[in-house]
Amino acid sequence: MMFKRLILVLSLMLAGPAIAVEPSEMLDDPALEARAREVSKELRCLVCRNENIDDSNASLAKELRVLVRDRIAAGDSNEETIDYLVDRYGEYVLLKPTVTGSNLLLYIAGPAMLLIGFGVALFYIRGRNRRSITAPEQLSPDEEARLKEILGR
Amino acid sequence: MIIELGHFALTLAFAVSLVQMVIPLIGAHKGWSGWMAMAEPAAIAQFLLVALSFGALTYAFVSSDFSLSVVVANSHTLKPMIYKVSGVWGNHEGSMLLWVLIVTLFGAMAAWFGGGLPPTLRARVLAVQGSIGAAFMAFVLFTSNPFERLAVPPFDGQDLNPLLQDPGLAFHPPFLYLGYVGLSICFSFAVAALIEGRVDAAWGRWVRPWTLAAWICLTIGIALGSWWAYYELGWGGFWFWDPVENASFMPWLIAAALLHSAIVVEKRESLKSWTILLAIVAFGFSLVGAFITRSGIITSVHAFATDPTRGVFLLLILGVFMGGALTLYAARASAMEAKGVFGLVSRESALVFNNILLAVSAFVVFIGTIWPLVAEMAFDRKLSVGAPFFNMAFTPFMVALGLILPIGAVMPWKRARMGRALRQMAPALVLAVALGGLVFALQTGRSALGPVGVALGAWLVSGAFVDLWIRAGRGPVAGKLLRMTRLPRSDWGKAVAHSGLGITMVGIAGMLAWQQEDIRVAQLGERFEVGQYEIVLETVERIEGPNYISTTATVSAWKNDEQVATLLPEKRVYPVAGMPTTEAALDNGLLRDIYIAIGDPQDGGGWAIRTYIKPLANWIWAGALIMALGGMLSLSDRRVRVAAGARKERGAAPMPAE
Repeated sequence: MMFKRLILVLSLMLAGPAIAVEPSEMLDDPALEARAREVSKELRCLVCRNENIDDSNASLAKELRVLVRDRIAAGDSNEETIDYLVDRYGEYVLLKPTVTGSNLLLYIAGPAMLLIGFGVALFYIRGRNRRSITAPEQLSPDEEARLKEILGR
Repeated sequence: MIIELGHFALTLAFAVSLVQMVIPLIGAHKGWSGWMAMAEPAAIAQFLLVALSFGALTYAFVSSDFSLSVVVANSHTLKPMIYKVSGVWGNHEGSMLLWVLIVTLFGAMAAWFGGGLPPTLRARVLAVQGSIGAAFMAFVLFTSNPFERLAVPPFDGQDLNPLLQDPGLAFHPPFLYLGYVGLSICFSFAVAALIEGRVDAAWGRWVRPWTLAAWICLTIGIALGSWWAYYELGWGGFWFWDPVENASFMPWLIAAALLHSAIVVEKRESLKSWTILLAIVAFGFSLVGAFITRSGIITSVHAFATDPTRGVFLLLILGVFMGGALTLYAARASAMEAKGVFGLVSRESALVFNNILLAVSAFVVFIGTIWPLVAEMAFDRKLSVGAPFFNMAFTPFMVALGLILPIGAVMPWKRARMGRALRQMAPALVLAVALGGLVFALQTGRSALGPVGVALGAWLVSGAFVDLWIRAGRGPVAGKLLRMTRLPRSDWGKAVAHSGLGITMVGIAGMLAWQQEDIRVAQLGERFEVGQYEIVLETVERIEGPNYISTTATVSAWKNDEQVATLLPEKRVYPVAGMPTTEAALDNGLLRDIYIAIGDPQDGGGWAIRTYIKPLANWIWAGALIMALGGMLSLSDRRVRVAAGARKERGAAPMPAE
């Protein structure tokens, strides 16, 4: 099913094939280039389906990659580079949403659900055990019949 | 004529499904055996009719009948035969017909193998399955009809999307659908049990093989898709947390949970209502997946199914089935009184924790997938949720699952002692920690990801072995080994599947932690180093394929002045579809892949070339296949076969109505 995204990406490429990061875009300093790659992985190619600009073949992604490298080469930190892009393109460009406002719900949902799950399970297992001490298990007539049937097979 | 027959067969199947969803249900309610008996022939007839219809569409693709609009849009006379056939499901309409075919296939299988089910339950299961078939046939007939003719047929077609012309992708959708839709039969069992108001160990035993079969197919389907992405994309990613991928991953997680909780129902008659809920939700996620994939609502920037009526129709199906089933569940669940009692430390509890981790991780994937939609509608924020979020939010669940798995697996039912389980697992624990430490010492001081992954994988694999070892009883080693080979296949299946998970974890961690990458412009004959290897770009040639033109490079890889591989990365252009693809070349190895993709010729001479050394890459898919193999072993267990024998006996002398 993942191919659909690719069809899109490729159909968006008007300027012919290109494979993600191209040699001509790369910075000469390996340390800066490594930082640029790291930053690129956090940023969304705006016209693609959930793809980061590092992997994307779209021409817009290429522009963004160059922009990221310009900022880093100009001496911006990783955070400043990301902030710059968020200012320009909005939070839509971030692949990992900020932990602010309504997004807190997104971040809390998983851990909260886990705690609730554990809580309910604990409550259930404990409660069941207590009840079972007062009422020992017995087979219903229905089950007796079934048991006979199974054993007598 | 054949096309019209196919169309007519589908319409007829729709009519049959309507009968199948009503008559047996009334029969089961009133206790009229004649009405109930209607279900089986209806289910089989429905399957045969849809198979005929699917066959007609396949015929249209194979014979390149360009009077059909789907064939024109997705086929071409020059296309190799295998892709003419796979073109049937390489488009929306045809894939929905495949979906319907599988719904009816499972219905027919339930009719064929369901001889041992109590007659009322069987009638209800088939009625519910019939209603699913009816819903999707209505969807196909009214919104996505593959049998639509063109008034003026063109001379040739527009070709199947070149990305789909690949063996990996040819078989990816059928497996995935077998998995998705296989869960429909679990759903039918759950709803039938709710109507029946009775869930017992036998129900667990009936449901489990279906879940297992669906889960195996999903595992294979997802692995194929991920493997395809790995070699086709040109940079070797294998999982992107794309909404469409998540759509297949959520049912997989829930099916895995269902698989385990059904064991508790079968062996201990506990967790009944939870298992029913999981069976409903698992199919619910399949429907959500269909909705996400085909409505284009979540990635609304570039919607695929541009026709909004399809999205609405699918949402309606989702709403009716989930709403109906969950309402029924709310009304009836309290009637499912559990029997088996178990302590806080026991195999049951371990399986409960397994279920919580799997279900919550599926929930995390779900909320991450729909969050952009929720944020836009409720909070007016336009944002994205991508891989960095999922990696952070999802991974801890899998690590926790891996940590508790071997301990839980050796615990006895009802009441266990933690100390004893830990003592039994001590050798595995020592081995895992030692291996993790060794790897940490060997790697050049980078992330903890690699060592943790290796330790976790070793823990799972050796833990599975220790489990078998303990099951073989006491005594001399030779006797133990012999007894080990005679353990039931379900024990082996469990051990194999759990090892597979460990192997996948090692593969993912190893590849992400130690991958090496090189992007450069290489001149012909230039030699450059990537990791331990030296790479030489030998030649670049233009080659014509059957329906594409290729630029093929010949690249040799050397290690210690010995040639280890010759790779032929390609760039292809499919003139009919007017679309380029990258065909990366791989040298597969047990410990590493050499992965090379060729790019454009550069202005100053030379070619852009990307080289990756991907350690342990194949372990990811090998692990997934081993998981599926474990599932198959478990499915072939004597217990399942014996139960099949018992069914026949009881089928001959039906029990009095309960």
